Amino acid sequence: MQVEKFFYDNKSVKLFAYATILWGVVGMLAGLLISVQIYLPAANFGLPFTTFGRVRPVHTNAVIFAFVGNGIFMGVYYSLQRLCKARMFNDTLSKIHFWGWQLIIVLAAITLLAGYTTGKEYAELEWPIDILITLIWVVFGINMFGTILKRRESHLYVAIWFFIATWITVAMLHIVNSFELPFSWMKSYSFYAGVQDALVQWWYGHNAVAFFLTTPYLGVMYYFLPKAANRPVYSYRLSIIHFWALIFLYIWAGPHHLLYTALPDWAQSLGTVFSIMLIAPSWGGMLNGLFTLRGAWDKVREDPILKFMVVAITCYGMSTFEGPMLSLKSVNAITHFTDWTIAHVHVGALGWNGFLTIGILYWIIPRIFNTQLYSKKLATTHFWIGTIGIVLYAIPMYWAGFEQALMWKQFTAEGTLKFQFLETVTHIIPMYVTRSLGGLLYLSGVLLMVYNLIKTIKSGALIANEAAEAPALVKSTGHAKQYWHRWIEERPIQMLVFSLVLVAAGGIIEMVPTFLIKSNIPTIAAVKPYSPLELQGRDIYIREGCYLCHSQMVRPFRDEVARYGEYSKAGEFVYDHPFQWGSKRTGPDLARIGGKYPDSWHYNHMLEPQSMSPGSIMPSYTWLFENKIDTAITPAKIRAMQTLGVPYATGFDLIANTNLMAQAYKIQAGLKLAKLDVAADAEIIALIAYLQRVGTDIKGAKSLPVTTK
Amino acid sequence: MKFINYLEKITGVDVFALTSLTIFFSFFVLMAIWVATADKRIMDEINQLPLDN
Repeated sequence: MQVEKFFYDNKSVKLFAYATILWGVVGMLAGLLISVQIYLPAANFGLPFTTFGRVRPVHTNAVIFAFVGNGIFMGVYYSLQRLCKARMFNDTLSKIHFWGWQLIIVLAAITLLAGYTTGKEYAELEWPIDILITLIWVVFGINMFGTILKRRESHLYVAIWFFIATWITVAMLHIVNSFELPFSWMKSYSFYAGVQDALVQWWYGHNAVAFFLTTPYLGVMYYFLPKAANRPVYSYRLSIIHFWALIFLYIWAGPHHLLYTALPDWAQSLGTVFSIMLIAPSWGGMLNGLFTLRGAWDKVREDPILKFMVVAITCYGMSTFEGPMLSLKSVNAITHFTDWTIAHVHVGALGWNGFLTIGILYWIIPRIFNTQLYSKKLATTHFWIGTIGIVLYAIPMYWAGFEQALMWKQFTAEGTLKFQFLETVTHIIPMYVTRSLGGLLYLSGVLLMVYNLIKTIKSGALIANEAAEAPALVKSTGHAKQYWHRWIEERPIQMLVFSLVLVAAGGIIEMVPTFLIKSNIPTIAAVKPYSPLELQGRDIYIREGCYLCHSQMVRPFRDEVARYGEYSKAGEFVYDHPFQWGSKRTGPDLARIGGKYPDSWHYNHMLEPQSMSPGSIMPSYTWLFENKIDTAITPAKIRAMQTLGVPYATGFDLIANTNLMAQAYKIQAGLKLAKLDVAADAEIIALIAYLQRVGTDIKGAKSLPVTTK
Repeated sequence: MKFINYLEKITGVDVFALTSLTIFFSFFVLMAIWVATADKRIMDEINQLPLDN
């Protein structure tokens, strides 16, 4: 058999590793900043682009798509070449992939801070960047499949299956959730509205966790854990079962983010059932990882890399057990909208993704630089600092979430709510401070790693092209002992198709009925489209990221109805492109804010929240009083809404601004009576108009029956 | 382009659920059978892949 000589591309691995570290530090710094802003409103610095609502999406996007994203590519580029015994398909594509992804990250950071956002969590980037992401993702796909097709190893190791499933599912999720109608070069409205938008968004959001933060990292675990432990994975059979079960079940579980909301009940139950079933394949992966170390735990004592990996896998096990528990309606009633969710995701992000990435960085860097790790001791110190950081982060947040939820739900003997919303917030501020400390510790550990790795890199030299040799792949002759799974294992394209069928099945069954059956979204006759001024105000609400702290979804609980008002109905949101239900209540729910306070209250509150609610942690929005409403874009916005099915009269776009100014003058005059002087076309006027409209449509029509036809 | 209620109702919506259940169930059963009967040598061989390079 002829042995072929070839070279592994380590330069791309190095670049992705550097980017992982850089964006990791940036993302964590952003996280630290917003964690401080929660108890120190002055840390918002009074500037639009440093305020919580804009920095928070930078934090989430940086950590998920920049830190973990580059981490995925680092892991894939290193392991795929070696598992396929082939160099990456095309060096130019590798370069385009790397620099394209970094360009996306930079554009994302700039546009998010500038206030360009779709208003859909974890999918905030606007349409031009969405298109760029699609293109770069395709480049990555071609490079990956090209490598797989020219491989010199007939078997596709399980890690590669995870990479294939990741690629196809992320492509599907991104495209479906990013359906949006542009009305300017950087702004668009979601194609979907209200309940449908929420369903698509959380189908996406949940599966972004599944197929961006989980499956690629499981693939990476299946390669690097055996490498670091120097022993094969515990059970290859288990890995096969857990792979197929995981990718099938995950796709269905999205609606568990919308329990007790206005989403149809059957969809909520579906989400819960599949979430519970998910424990099995998730724990299959965790146990397979941990059992790989059976009889080798002495190595864990010595080796910081294995320490990081063990804690990462344990955190994976914990959060995938917690996830299904949080999907039980009775548990979700307490945890949802609280900091419990924040604790849950950070066990995953800091523990599973963070620690696995760190372990791999410590493993890869010395190898591609042909040297030894500068200091094992420093890495062990990093491990302990990081672990304590995670504990200090997670426990206060669990505590805060549980305590706040109980306070929200507490009634006095007379039957009134015991606590004001603000009291429940100020009560948990010590926990927020501790959380920042935990985050700071974790970040300090990462900085230790940066130092350690720089020293390591300086002591070696990059082997940009690592020599390797392997016999050319002989075409399988189809002898009698062929198994069908062997058949698929050798055929990446078929694997891709099967994966897509499995994941698409879940998406279709969940969404098609909600889109097609009218009775799923009962229409309410009193619900009318927003006025042009309110629409402008709504876009300001989205731009400032208000939905990141305020939900617009009153769940049908006694305490929520007592605190906020009538619970939310699906039919109220039919003109909401995008929906703004939110997922966290750092501030109170706003679904029934309309008409609750006078205009002057909102005016003063937006200018200086503490003047209206002493002790409030909300930032002030002074720029809304100087910025002018962009009326030039109003007609385009109305036309976009018409295209999406919002029933504005034909030609309304032409008179929209007249309508807008008339409403603005009215609000201005009202404010003047309260001795508040402001220009009629100031953004605050539009925001007040929107806030006063939210949730009022059904108030005037309480006696109207909800029609389903 | 309007994503609000294309149809008044959809007949035979169960087919969606049944199809996906069938896909998954048959796939899962086939896979379980294969995994149970797979050749141990091949399993070990694949399992060694990360280590021999």
